[in-house]
Amino acid sequence: MPITKRSRLVASTIAVVLGATALAACGSSDDETEAESGPVSLTYWTWTPGMDKVVDLWNDGPGKKDQIKVTVKKQASGDTLVTKILTAHKAGKAPDLVQAEYQALPTLVSNDALADISKDTGEAKTRFADGVWQQTTLGTDAVYAVPQDIGPMMFYYREDLFKKYKLDVPKTWDEFAETARKLKKASPDTDLTTFSANDSGLFAGLAQQAGAQWWTTEGQKWKVGINDAASQKVAKFWGDLVKEGAIDNQPMYTPAWNKALNTGKQIAWVSAVWAPGTLTTAAPDTKGKWAMAPLPQWSGGENLTGSWGGSSTAVTTDSKHQAAAAKFAAWLNTDDAALQALAKESGIYPAATNAQTSGAFTNPPEYFSNQADFYTQAAEIAKSTAPSAWGPNVNVAYTTFKDAFGMAAKDKSDFVAALNTMQDDTVADLKKQGFGVSE
Amino acid sequence: MSSLAIRKASPAAGTTPGTAQGPPLRRRIALVPTITLLIGAIYCLLPVAWVVIAATKSGSELFSTFTFLPGSGFADNIKDLSAYRDGVYWKWMGNSALYAGLGALLSTVVSAFSGYALAIYRFRGRETIFNVLLAGVLMPPVILAIPQYLLLAKADVTDSYLSVLLPLILSPYGVYLARIYATAAVPADVVEAGRMDGASEWRIFTRVALPMMVPGLVTVFLFQFVAVWNNFLLPYIMLSDDEKFPITLGLYTLLEQGANTPALYTLVITGALLAVIPLVALFLVIQRFWSLDLLSGAVKS
Repeated sequence: MPITKRSRLVASTIAVVLGATALAACGSSDDETEAESGPVSLTYWTWTPGMDKVVDLWNDGPGKKDQIKVTVKKQASGDTLVTKILTAHKAGKAPDLVQAEYQALPTLVSNDALADISKDTGEAKTRFADGVWQQTTLGTDAVYAVPQDIGPMMFYYREDLFKKYKLDVPKTWDEFAETARKLKKASPDTDLTTFSANDSGLFAGLAQQAGAQWWTTEGQKWKVGINDAASQKVAKFWGDLVKEGAIDNQPMYTPAWNKALNTGKQIAWVSAVWAPGTLTTAAPDTKGKWAMAPLPQWSGGENLTGSWGGSSTAVTTDSKHQAAAAKFAAWLNTDDAALQALAKESGIYPAATNAQTSGAFTNPPEYFSNQADFYTQAAEIAKSTAPSAWGPNVNVAYTTFKDAFGMAAKDKSDFVAALNTMQDDTVADLKKQGFGVSE
Repeated sequence: MSSLAIRKASPAAGTTPGTAQGPPLRRRIALVPTITLLIGAIYCLLPVAWVVIAATKSGSELFSTFTFLPGSGFADNIKDLSAYRDGVYWKWMGNSALYAGLGALLSTVVSAFSGYALAIYRFRGRETIFNVLLAGVLMPPVILAIPQYLLLAKADVTDSYLSVLLPLILSPYGVYLARIYATAAVPADVVEAGRMDGASEWRIFTRVALPMMVPGLVTVFLFQFVAVWNNFLLPYIMLSDDEKFPITLGLYTLLEQGANTPALYTLVITGALLAVIPLVALFLVIQRFWSLDLLSGAVKS
């Protein structure tokens, strides 16, 4: 898609120029923020639609009492925002609060852009699943963000067409492959799903489910495990399906993909909890015909899922009012009223566990009105999220993924070779950036 | 293949008189360039047609009906677009008009001054300045955006209208064009004659030279206007307040709403279509200034 290309161009341009201008790491002044006194004004970069209305609740409520006013500056999401934050940080002008995807946190932290807010987040930790919270601490004692939304992965399928073709909902990935083959036999023009390389988060989530740990630390060094055994298993699995023609190899999020979903040419989608929103626009005519099930497992007794998407609220080191900003971040993502508003105005799936089944989440999404227990099931699935491991150059790995796997999917060639390319490029980039890498 | 065809065709088009080819041959070969141009036109216009037709489709029609079948949602799309966050789209449109209009105007004025000075006056370092400018022409503005941001951040003017306008004012390409044009269109004799008559330099510039430079300056203005209207990276880095966004950035935020929110395709497509209209209108209106070329000469050659 041209937009993705453009944003990638923007991101890489900014990255290149930033690299050139970064002469020396700026000696950041980590002065302790004094106890707040007098009115405080904070700016907040976020892409969440409707966030201004949620923030109004703060400004008229707890914020008014504490004299902390937050102003939303709506941004475009994605890797480009990370580079924009880093650019602003170079000039010491990053906003007080930023929204950041979990996989972007190590990048921001390694550039010294995010403040440690462990002292000011209070009881927040207890409101989140351990696996979610761990992503904001990066395995240290510090806390760099408060989780906002999560994207536990699930299996979506056309209930009516599964019945028509006499297919069972696959419980394991082996069954998934069998289902794909069976469908091909029953209806050669129909595909179970497609392998798409245009969103790296999908593959990362699938690898995470299989137990992959892409970035870990070993002493003072990073260890990159993008081509570890688990990831190779996932890559080989999908590569084989594409090669034998059991599933399609066309990218998702294209008009052709929308059409395939809308007309029943593709009858399933491995996605995450936010899929109802996407399906509403992609396949409007099939509303009420889909159902959601847990992701297929690698072995029978397991119960694990990966995550695709999700973001957090972080406080920057440039903020002059870090304690106040942290207070707001904690309120936004743990306060019941705030979480209900976020669900209603912005349609996010909250990271805070007790919000996942309350209020806005007692009824299923409109598109899934046929599945009454949608959110009860989703909350169960969310609990089974496997731990994730992000590093400081996820963007590089993701870019290589799109290129290497995009090519491999198109040519129906070796996915494991593409995975190795991804590993090599990521390691090379880490070294280039000056990180220690253990081989 | 097409370049070969054009090369074969060029003698027939009369550029090299005296070749042996006669008139009948000429007509036959002209077919190839015509077809080439037609293919080129279709190549360029097809996406435009797509945008026009897609803008008429409602959300449910967009990806499900035949691509070039007009839909039924145009009025609704415009209504939704205007209603989106209390009409922020029109605010973006206004911002774009301000950045492009004022920015192009200021940059044309600066280009006119400097181009004229470089063309008419002889002073030490003139060629050096001009060569530096030429190097500036070769430098893609994208590369300058970050340094400009860091500089303006020092001056504490980022995230303001000024931060987008300031870097636009000096356009090396505009100055270059203005100089070339002034050299060609303002004869030294005319300037000399003005001096003999006792006119001040300022008066010669405004009353004599400027009218002669109008077609060139119109070109500079148009170039700058289009460049600023389509500019993405500079405002992207400079601005964080979306009330100050130009249209390019605004539409981008509509597309990139985060993974859990679908992109607002219908709004973006309709918005993109409406965003082109001012550019087309500007071209149609300003086009006639180019024909002034013939009238604004002063010296018979």
